[in-house]
Amino acid sequence: MKMITLKKVVIVSVLLGCLLILVVLLSITMGSVKVPPLRSIRILLESILGSKETGSETERAIILSLRVPRIILAGLVGAGLSLSGVIFQALLRNPLADPYILGVSSGAAVGTIFAILMGLGSLSFGLPIASFLGALFTVIVVFYFGRQDGKIHPNTLLLAGVIISAFLSALIMFFISVSQKEELHTIIFWLMGDFSFSNPQAIRMILPYILFGICFLYFHAQQLNLILLGEEHALQLGVNVERLRLISYLSASLITAASVSVCGLIGFVGLIVPHSVRLIFGPDHRLLMPSSVLVGASFLIASDTFARSLLAPIELPVGVITAAFGGPFFIYLLKTRKVIKTL
Amino acid sequence: MIEVNSISFRYHQDWVLQDVSFRVEKGEFIGVIGPNGSGKSTLLKILYRLLDPQRGEVSFKLVPLKRMNRMDIAKRVAVVPQETHALFPFRVMEIVLMGRFPYLGRLMFEREEDLEIARKAMDWTKILPFSERPIDELSGGERKRVFIAKALAQEPEIILLDEPTTNLDIHHQIDFLNLILTLNRERGLTIVMASHDMNIASEFCDRLILLKEGGIYKMGTPGEVVTQENIEHVYGCEVWVDQHPVSGMPRISLLKKEMK
Repeated sequence: MKMITLKKVVIVSVLLGCLLILVVLLSITMGSVKVPPLRSIRILLESILGSKETGSETERAIILSLRVPRIILAGLVGAGLSLSGVIFQALLRNPLADPYILGVSSGAAVGTIFAILMGLGSLSFGLPIASFLGALFTVIVVFYFGRQDGKIHPNTLLLAGVIISAFLSALIMFFISVSQKEELHTIIFWLMGDFSFSNPQAIRMILPYILFGICFLYFHAQQLNLILLGEEHALQLGVNVERLRLISYLSASLITAASVSVCGLIGFVGLIVPHSVRLIFGPDHRLLMPSSVLVGASFLIASDTFARSLLAPIELPVGVITAAFGGPFFIYLLKTRKVIKTL
Repeated sequence: MIEVNSISFRYHQDWVLQDVSFRVEKGEFIGVIGPNGSGKSTLLKILYRLLDPQRGEVSFKLVPLKRMNRMDIAKRVAVVPQETHALFPFRVMEIVLMGRFPYLGRLMFEREEDLEIARKAMDWTKILPFSERPIDELSGGERKRVFIAKALAQEPEIILLDEPTTNLDIHHQIDFLNLILTLNRERGLTIVMASHDMNIASEFCDRLILLKEGGIYKMGTPGEVVTQENIEHVYGCEVWVDQHPVSGMPRISLLKKEMK
């Protein structure tokens, strides 16, 4: 009989880890400036080992200061949003839930747009911090209104989130309608998700949230399985459901807030990656969580690579790519899975 | 085995249960019956400490439930809730293995021996042939068996069933009840079942507890509890009570208007 074991989780993670490495290496070789593939990879490997023999100064700068930070950031955000999607789907008991459903993204957007209109967009730290604060504020407000008798209730939380999100959307529309042309471009790109501002500070800023969040949540994987079966089942088997909901809501929201603060609203990742991984590996969180993290990272790195190289030198917002590729792929998985099931 | 000592419980203002006391002996098959809102489900929830009564105390083998933690309770008392709906299609075996959660402690993964216990539970409930299938592909009757198997994987001494036969056709009802009866008679499992179906309760249970407005109206053997007088008084409608032609247990027939 097939049982989820540590061995299985490790094997799947190693395989998906290899996929991630492959995607990273491919991504390094692609871009608007042509650096020969093998040379790009050598530059990367040599920089890890601390030497710089291969390539010109410019080539090294393109690889190490432009592409690498961007890849790392896309990987972190992809991993974070995918995991956060997994958690929100379990917490809200709703397969349509994604990291943005409770308004974290709208709050971040309001913060960012406000900062852009205030002229803080030129500061390297201005936008991420404004965005993060906006998101945090929303997390607290939704949490405050989303409780019933002092307890988190999935449906109440969902309603509170959706309504506050709608209200914030009105604010966003208002800000957009009063903004100037040059600000508008920045705002629109941010709203569609954009990695072109990637820098090491941004990585340092979100790394702790995402890594710590992922590790912390993983320890609750089995409890998340039980809560999917129903609140009574979970309680009956000894899960502290109240605490679990609090932990998952706060951790997943923080991961989302950190992710959107550096790159804007990249849609779809948090919805389709968890579902695709679930269709392939099943719903057990002990396998689902690490797989989603690795697949999410690979998916977003690949999408961003397309976004910057498809119409180079013009850059597309990465959100366009995630939706354009992710949607059809997800439909394909859904359909083929149906066929496999009925056979 | 379980001692319920004059418990009262309320969610908000009104008392849902008031001054309820009874004992459950080891190996008994107890039925809890009563009209909608008489407190059956609440009573069951108190027995596995999903709810704590405001007054009175429940003890398991002389130890108050209040002094046991959830894991300890889950190792002794298993529950099959009314309706179960898994959001994502877990496989049958994965669900049964979840019953091992209270035994895992800090471990994240089940061990070989847990798999063995789950396998046995699936064998008793005859769901071994579809242990690899997703739960959403099973029929209502098969699904009920899966949750019994999960309860058995907890290795409990007592199983609580809340309206186990609703939504099942008579074939699956009788299959299910026979399975419960076997577990009770052959494995010595104590059973407490809340049910709307008095004919089923009087046929299968050793003893019945008839609740009315949060209190025990009558407790005793089916013959003592299921009488025309008791039922008409508690439910407020006229019924005909005679005997099951085969077992001789009390049997209730409903009367339509012109038959009264």
